[in-house]
Amino acid sequence: MNVLEPMVELGRGLWTVMKQVLFNPVVTVQYPEQKREVRPRFRGRHVLKRYENGLEKCIGCSLCAAACPADAIFVEASENTDEKRFSPGERYASTYEINMLRCIYCGFCEDACPTEAIVLGDNYELSFTNRRDAIYPKEMLLEAVPSANMTTPQAVDANVFTRSVPEMKDPQD
Amino acid sequence: MADVTLTIDNKQVTVPAGMLVVDAAKKAGIDIPVFCYHPKMEPAGMCRMCLVEVGRPMIDRATGKPVLDEKGEPKVQFMPKLETACTNPVSEGMVVKTQLTSERAKSGQKETVEFLLTSHPLDCPICDKGGECPLQNLTMEHGPGKSRFIFDEKQRLAKHVPLGELIWLDRERCIQCGRCIRFQDDVAGESVIGFDQRGRYTQIVTFSEPGFDSVFSGNTTDICPVGALTTADFRFGARPWELQAAPSICSQCPVGCNTVINTRREAKADGKIVIKRIMPRQNEQVNEIWLCDKGRFAHHHFASEDRLTKPLINKEDKLAKASWKSALDLASEKLSAAKKNLVVLASGRLSNEDLFNLKSLADMAGGKALLYSDMGGGALTTRVGVSAGFDLGKLGAGDAILVAASDLYEEAPIWWLRVKAAAERGATLIVANPRATKLDKHAKFVIRYSYGDEVTTIEDLKGKNKIADAFRKAENAVVFYGSEGVGLAGSASVAAAAAELLTEAGHVGKPNSGLIGVWGRANDQGAWEMGFETSDDLAEELKGKAVYIAGADPAGDDPALAKALKSAKFLVVQDISLTATAGLADVVLPAQAITEREGTFTSGDRRVQRFYPVLPVTGEARPDFAITSQLARGMNYILEGESPSIAFDYLTTEAKSFEGLHYAKLAETTEQWPLVGRGEVNYGGTSYENKHGLGAQLTSAAARGENYKLPAAKKVKSLRPKEGELLAVPVTKLYDQGTTVIPAALLAERIGEASVTLNPATAEELGAAAGELVKLSWNGSQSEVRVRTDESISTGVALVPRSFGMALREPVVASVKSAKKVK
Repeated sequence: MNVLEPMVELGRGLWTVMKQVLFNPVVTVQYPEQKREVRPRFRGRHVLKRYENGLEKCIGCSLCAAACPADAIFVEASENTDEKRFSPGERYASTYEINMLRCIYCGFCEDACPTEAIVLGDNYELSFTNRRDAIYPKEMLLEAVPSANMTTPQAVDANVFTRSVPEMKDPQD
Repeated sequence: MADVTLTIDNKQVTVPAGMLVVDAAKKAGIDIPVFCYHPKMEPAGMCRMCLVEVGRPMIDRATGKPVLDEKGEPKVQFMPKLETACTNPVSEGMVVKTQLTSERAKSGQKETVEFLLTSHPLDCPICDKGGECPLQNLTMEHGPGKSRFIFDEKQRLAKHVPLGELIWLDRERCIQCGRCIRFQDDVAGESVIGFDQRGRYTQIVTFSEPGFDSVFSGNTTDICPVGALTTADFRFGARPWELQAAPSICSQCPVGCNTVINTRREAKADGKIVIKRIMPRQNEQVNEIWLCDKGRFAHHHFASEDRLTKPLINKEDKLAKASWKSALDLASEKLSAAKKNLVVLASGRLSNEDLFNLKSLADMAGGKALLYSDMGGGALTTRVGVSAGFDLGKLGAGDAILVAASDLYEEAPIWWLRVKAAAERGATLIVANPRATKLDKHAKFVIRYSYGDEVTTIEDLKGKNKIADAFRKAENAVVFYGSEGVGLAGSASVAAAAAELLTEAGHVGKPNSGLIGVWGRANDQGAWEMGFETSDDLAEELKGKAVYIAGADPAGDDPALAKALKSAKFLVVQDISLTATAGLADVVLPAQAITEREGTFTSGDRRVQRFYPVLPVTGEARPDFAITSQLARGMNYILEGESPSIAFDYLTTEAKSFEGLHYAKLAETTEQWPLVGRGEVNYGGTSYENKHGLGAQLTSAAARGENYKLPAAKKVKSLRPKEGELLAVPVTKLYDQGTTVIPAALLAERIGEASVTLNPATAEELGAAAGELVKLSWNGSQSEVRVRTDESISTGVALVPRSFGMALREPVVASVKSAKKVK
């Protein structure tokens, strides 16, 4: 047995490690200082979207709650008026709550939504210290308004926002 | 009618002649989709959804015999086009091919759906009907899935059109089936809505002021096959699939309509479970599938915050919270010390079991059990009342119905509906009332008498005249009597006169004949069955006694009774809220509302029906029968206090008319026609299905063949007002200011202000036009009320509505002065 043999073996092993260190890109990031982009279809914490004019897309139809396999969503609807308008059409969600402890991030709510109001966003940093805090109310879920004067409720002109579900056009061939 | 046999989808079906193909198919278990057809109404053939292929056997014109084919079977000739199954009556040998076996029928229906949806907004997500909508269901099942119509050509119509404050119309969703209009015209007999314009501009409009002025308006939202008509009360309240459902019995009037109460836990109510809506439940012998608007919308009192949660004991003129034990100990000690001086006063708000326990307690202690009611004569209904087998729906040609001293439309709307239907089937309807009522136009004979002449009017029917003959000759005869313009003594005399009339004409002891009381409360009949009595002078009866009051508020109703109660030796009050009477009590015991417990009610037509718990219990409240039993235990009497089922079974052994009934038997159901309910997709009203019991009927003493005595009808001393005075009489209004109605804010307009109704001439004489304020004074009390006028009442009479804050419990002499002059 050659005395050099262990040295060679050692060198080989070191080379394997060094090869990784020197030539392969680094995959770990310095979380939380650094954050990695999530994938386009990532399903994170829900966001309730708004239209460009600031009105809420959610019309309080509760179909998300019906679709939810974990019974995590609770919706209660009320009626819009032109003086106090939250969303287009007659109905808006006066209460919208998601229990994040129950949610399994399956995205069924997103599929069920007729106005694309609820979207599973890219936020995965959820933490709470008690069960009550795990219930996210509407204020936490709603997207930030595009500009300060667009918060809901808005006072709007009569007979403009008469439809809850956006008009759909015939598909063009 | 003779039966005919026809073939539907290769299935042989035998049904009565005259039945429509759509119903015959339903009997055979085949669903032909419909929108405009409704089994409770005449067909219209408007929506074309029920298109099927219909073939009839060929008849040789020369011989009049069917033409046979080579096999020797009758040749069937199919019509070249599809026919509507809802307008075609069945005929012998008919062959029907529905969408299940005929491609033509299938495509016909598919295209009809496509047409109906040309301008439908498809806003199911925000529609209150979404989830229980026949249009949704039938589109999924029979629709094309894709439309060939151009989206941009969809009509855009008003989506928020109130037809009155209770019912809202969405013009875009309406498919112009006309069910609502036909319901109002044919079933309710109040044509207050109709079609306006033509073609694509057709819309539903209301003709009445206030809009949709009918107490049956809520039913149109049930039968609407789309979300065009919805109630303002349930507007965006919840999605139907989120609701919990509990069967119940309406406690607003003696009809005992079967209902389903839908509840939901709500954030708006701080996470409490609240009632979202009340829907009718099918019981063809009681309310069919209808419910009046009071029963439907006046449920907000159940959510009242003003509830007793703990027992209270009076300490130094102040009610202080106490434990159940101390309250019960004190109450039972004092009641037991009273011995024969115990008076139990209960009302028809309580269940049969409660009333049975209360009566038993009074009997065992040797005291008195009194019913708190402004209407008497109930003991007679237990003797000559309608008996087991009674069904208003069976009365028709050859039968007679007398409605005396009662405005059924205001007092018991569903009875009004069914009496009207009986009259349309040919029953002789006699309406005897001092003023014009809505039933008059359906009556064969209308008798108009003066207030005070109730008894003589009924006695005249024993004589020889056209009306008396019609009543006597009828096969079955029913008398509805109420308390229009009469108090306790007056109504007892009316009952006695009516009982005598029925007995003389031989209309007793038969199921469909007898006396029916139109009571003020849901279970007054039950109290009479239990043997409760009324007292002519209640104030005298209460003075200096140990009084145990359950479910009644005499002090709040009448200052004279409040005075009497103040001089009671000891007062125990058992109620759901702190009423004026409870404020005077020595011990107050919190009881559960009927929505929090189970039990039974006896309806005015003597049907015992079960209601079930709907809401969680408030605080430490207990059911009334249990409280009575716990009180009794302290007095060394044993009464059932755990299970209403056992209490009911005890009661069946004591009360003769209940003999043979069993608590479980009340929950039995049989198949009812028409088939409606959850599994049935065509007729809407998803809560119709009755799975929790049709109830059971009581027998009358006459039907059991017992000997009984009828009291002679006492002539009531008629009051003769002097010059410048008026005869003020109490009348009942459907929407009153009672504690159960007022919290329904939606009904505020229909309830209106307290009023007094005068003949226009009388009003003019007083210088008070309709709508003006006048001062009404009687027996030292007075009240400022608005004047209404009614030409059908005589001069010298003033109608004072009950439960409007005026303690007028029987006819009195009153004076009315214009408030202007007083000032």
